[in-house]
Amino acid sequence: MKPTYRQLAFTFLKIGAFTFGGGYAMISLIENELVVKNRWLDSDTFYDYLSIAQMSPGILAVNIAILMGNLFFGKKGAVLCVIATCLPAFVAILSIAIFFVQFRDNTIVDKIFKGIRPIVVALIAIPIFSLCKKASINIATAIIPIAIVVFVVFLKISPVYIILISIIIAIVKAKYRHNSSKRD
Amino acid sequence: MIYLQLFYTFFKIGLLGFGGGYGMLSLIQFEIVERYQWLSVNQFTDIVAISQATPGPIGINSATFVGFSVAGIGGAITATFAVVLPSFILMYVLIKIFNRYKDNHYVKSIMSVMQYVVIGLIASAAVMLISEETFGKGFSNIFAWVILLVAFVAMRFSKISPILLILIGGVVGWLFL
Repeated sequence: MKPTYRQLAFTFLKIGAFTFGGGYAMISLIENELVVKNRWLDSDTFYDYLSIAQMSPGILAVNIAILMGNLFFGKKGAVLCVIATCLPAFVAILSIAIFFVQFRDNTIVDKIFKGIRPIVVALIAIPIFSLCKKASINIATAIIPIAIVVFVVFLKISPVYIILISIIIAIVKAKYRHNSSKRD
Repeated sequence: MIYLQLFYTFFKIGLLGFGGGYGMLSLIQFEIVERYQWLSVNQFTDIVAISQATPGPIGINSATFVGFSVAGIGGAITATFAVVLPSFILMYVLIKIFNRYKDNHYVKSIMSVMQYVVIGLIASAAVMLISEETFGKGFSNIFAWVILLVAFVAMRFSKISPILLILIGGVVGWLFL
C-alpha cells in the first residue's frame, strides 16, 4: 500500500513533533507509524533502510525522512518529508529563541537555567554507558575514547579532524587486514 | 558573510556528524563556542536543555537556535537548511551503492572504528559543558556537582524522563540558587 502525499507529510510532521531530544527512542516511533500502523512497507525493508540511515552521518530522523520520501514519491517526496520532519522543531525553537532573547537577563530565568545546566551534563553522559556496552569496550579499546576527550577538550583539536583521521585509520586498517588475509 | 559562515559551519556538522544527536554535540559546540564564539558555554548548555524539552531532533534544534542567535530568522533558515543538505547527498549516494557495499570491508571497518570514536565525542561534549561559569571558580560550586550527581544516578537507575528532570532542575534553581 502506498501513502498519499498528505498522509506521508502528516506522518513525518508527527514524527518531528513527538521526538524529544532525538536519537534512538525515535526509531520505534517511526517503525510504529510506517510499518505497524499504516503498513506502507514491511519490517525487513524498513530495517534495510534504517541501516543505511544509521551508517551515514547526519541527523537520523532526517536521513530516514529522505529515504522514505524517496521510496514513495522520489526526490519531491524526500524534500516534502524533510520539511515535515524539521518544521515542528523549527517553529518551536524559533518561538523560544525570540522569547529567550528578551528574557535572557531576567534573574528568575537565569536562576532556572543555573539549576538545569548541571543536569544537561548528566543527560549527555548517560548514553555513554550503553554505547560502551554495545561496543563491548575493554581496557585496550577504551584508550580511543579517552584519547579523544584529551584531544578535543584539553588540546582543543576540532572533532572535524578527529573524525577525518578516524576514517583514514579505518580504511588503512581494512586495507592492511585485507592484504594480510590474501597472503594467508 | 555571516550567512556564508553559518552555512559552511552547519554543512560541515551535517556532513561529519556521526552517532546521532549527542555524537554531533561536541562538533557543534567546538565550532560554535570554541572556534567562532557565537555563543558562550552557558548559552550552548541552555540550548541543549531547551532541545531536550522541545520537539525535534537535537541537530535541527541547535541549528535553528544558533542561526537565530547569530543572524535572526534568515540565520535560522540558513543553518537549518545547511545541516540537512549533506543528508540528501549522502542518502542518494548510499542508496545506490548500499547493496553492493554493505558487506564491504572498508565500510565495516569505518563503522567499527566509529563506534569507539562516537563514545569519545559524546564524552567530550559532556566534559566541555563542565565550565567554571556553571560549576563555580575552580569548579568549587558543590551545589552544581550535587545536582549533576543526583540527576546522573536518577537516570542511570530509574526510568525518569529527561524532560521531568529538566523541569525539576529548573524549580530547584529557581528556589535555591
